[in-house]
Amino acid sequence: MSARTRRRGERGPLASAGLHAGLLLAVAVSLFPVVWLVLTSLKPRDGWLSAELRLFDHPSLDNYTRVLTQTEFPRWLLNSVLTAGLTMVLGVFLAATTGYAVSRFRFPGHRSVMWLLLITQMFPVAILIVPLYNLMAGLGLLNQIPGLMIAYMTIAVPFCAWMMKSYFDTVPIEIDQAGMVDGLTPFGTFWRVVLPLSRPGIAVTAFYCFMTAWGEVGYATVFMSQEDKRTLGVGLQQFIGQHWSDWGLMTASAVLIAIPAGVVFLLVQRHLITGLTAGATKS
Amino acid sequence: MTVSTRKAAATGEVTRGRRARRRSAGAHWYAWAMVAPVLVVMLVLIGWPLARGVYLSLTDATEANIGRTIGVNVIPSTYEFVGLENYARILTSGLFWDKLLWTVIWTVVCVALHYGIGLGLAVMLNRRLRFRSVYRVLLILPWAVPAFVAAFIWRYLYNSDYGVINGFLKLAGLGGVGWLDDPTTAKIAVIAVNVWIGVPFMMVALLGGLQSIPAELYEAAEVDGASAWQRFRAITLPGLSQVSSTVVLLGTIWTFNMFPIIFLVTRGGPGSETEILVTYAFREAFTGIRDYSGSAAWGVIILAMLVVLAVGYRRTLRGEGGPW
Repeated sequence: MSARTRRRGERGPLASAGLHAGLLLAVAVSLFPVVWLVLTSLKPRDGWLSAELRLFDHPSLDNYTRVLTQTEFPRWLLNSVLTAGLTMVLGVFLAATTGYAVSRFRFPGHRSVMWLLLITQMFPVAILIVPLYNLMAGLGLLNQIPGLMIAYMTIAVPFCAWMMKSYFDTVPIEIDQAGMVDGLTPFGTFWRVVLPLSRPGIAVTAFYCFMTAWGEVGYATVFMSQEDKRTLGVGLQQFIGQHWSDWGLMTASAVLIAIPAGVVFLLVQRHLITGLTAGATKS
Repeated sequence: MTVSTRKAAATGEVTRGRRARRRSAGAHWYAWAMVAPVLVVMLVLIGWPLARGVYLSLTDATEANIGRTIGVNVIPSTYEFVGLENYARILTSGLFWDKLLWTVIWTVVCVALHYGIGLGLAVMLNRRLRFRSVYRVLLILPWAVPAFVAAFIWRYLYNSDYGVINGFLKLAGLGGVGWLDDPTTAKIAVIAVNVWIGVPFMMVALLGGLQSIPAELYEAAEVDGASAWQRFRAITLPGLSQVSSTVVLLGTIWTFNMFPIIFLVTRGGPGSETEILVTYAFREAFTGIRDYSGSAAWGVIILAMLVVLAVGYRRTLRGEGGPW
């Protein structure tokens, strides 16, 4: 552990510089669009009409005030937050129970359950959307946030159940047994013992659920046609129509949207690496 | 095999027999109760629409002849069962094969770049270096940007008049390019956007895989005089095979069905050049006279291709002792 590893970690200064240069280049590519977005949004009203590379010419919050006061943006934001939040809470709960059952109990058919869940990942929007639309219409769930949320569950839950299963696989089975010995039912073991130990996995799953609902466009376009029910992904398309576009509004709202996502992201990113692959890397 | 719960297996020989069977039946009851909500939701929301979609694909349903209720008037459906006509029409049209070819190119190029760049960055980040966690957070950032926002950002960057990419080109004394106006550049443009969005996921997954490879293996290889490249080939790649197989399959499916990027960046244009199968089927269903049956048939064909792909993939992996 001692001398050898340290020797291995050492590099020539040239190699170090190369490594940092490579990473810096990658960081530049990954950051540039976001930085440019923020800079554009801070330009004055028609500042987006030029690609000149001047930074902070006349920085102004004009675009932001216009987005927040003169458009339907706050309404869309509320709709999106509600939908994504509900999807997250319910999605995590369903994914966790399923993941736990498949991870712990070798009941007949557990393999087919996972396989079934994977298959649903392959369903293209196109095949489900028309029947789903009719189903929603029949149930009176069109233009309703719960309706859209249910549609999102079909996208988010299967993958989340996979993630949760992978995570539960890394929690030693002895912990469950200890819970059982203490007289807890399987549900009790799951709820009081295993779930609290799985916070990182839950964080990742929650993040994934939230992002799925937050960024979805196809279902939202079709199911939420009513003006005041639109979510962000649908509403924003108005800012850049065929005949008229206002990138000032677009960039400012894009920044406002990226903030909640970024905050959630920062909260869970520490757990991302452990949570995402914990199970997959264990043989 | 009733005595197959892990619990029973762990408690060992003693519990075999009838008692164990009763206990495992109890465990099965719990297990099914926990899986049930998801299965019910999936059956209602995926199973039923799927069955209905398959049925629609065998009819000539369009917006004009499907049953609906306007106020108190119930208009009955008048569409008819036409068998495999929709499929025959699609599979014999040049359009389908064009779209399929582009979809395959799109998927292969995107997944290859996702995986290649993701692996490169993961290997770099797995080294001991300063600012490692800073690099990591900054590199994962594109993942935190919702796909539709990313699509809009890039559309602005590509804009031929005031996009910053052309701004740079002009600065360098070159003429601007109408990125989204020409089929070839538009294709390159959407692939670039998708690569930008998809690399962080691969990077994070592969980094997790790298960290699970025991350091002793590398030490031993080094003692034996293996070069860096040999260590990469003989330890890193095999060590990553399980994670890789999972993420490549998922990545392939996601990219194949990647809807928002193309829908929002190019709107399928110019013409329908950048339209992949999924976006095309969506447009069939919801623009003009909505062609429900045609779009359902497209969907069934797409699904069938993916299932074949996944089953074949799973077979191959099983042969190699993969995770499933």
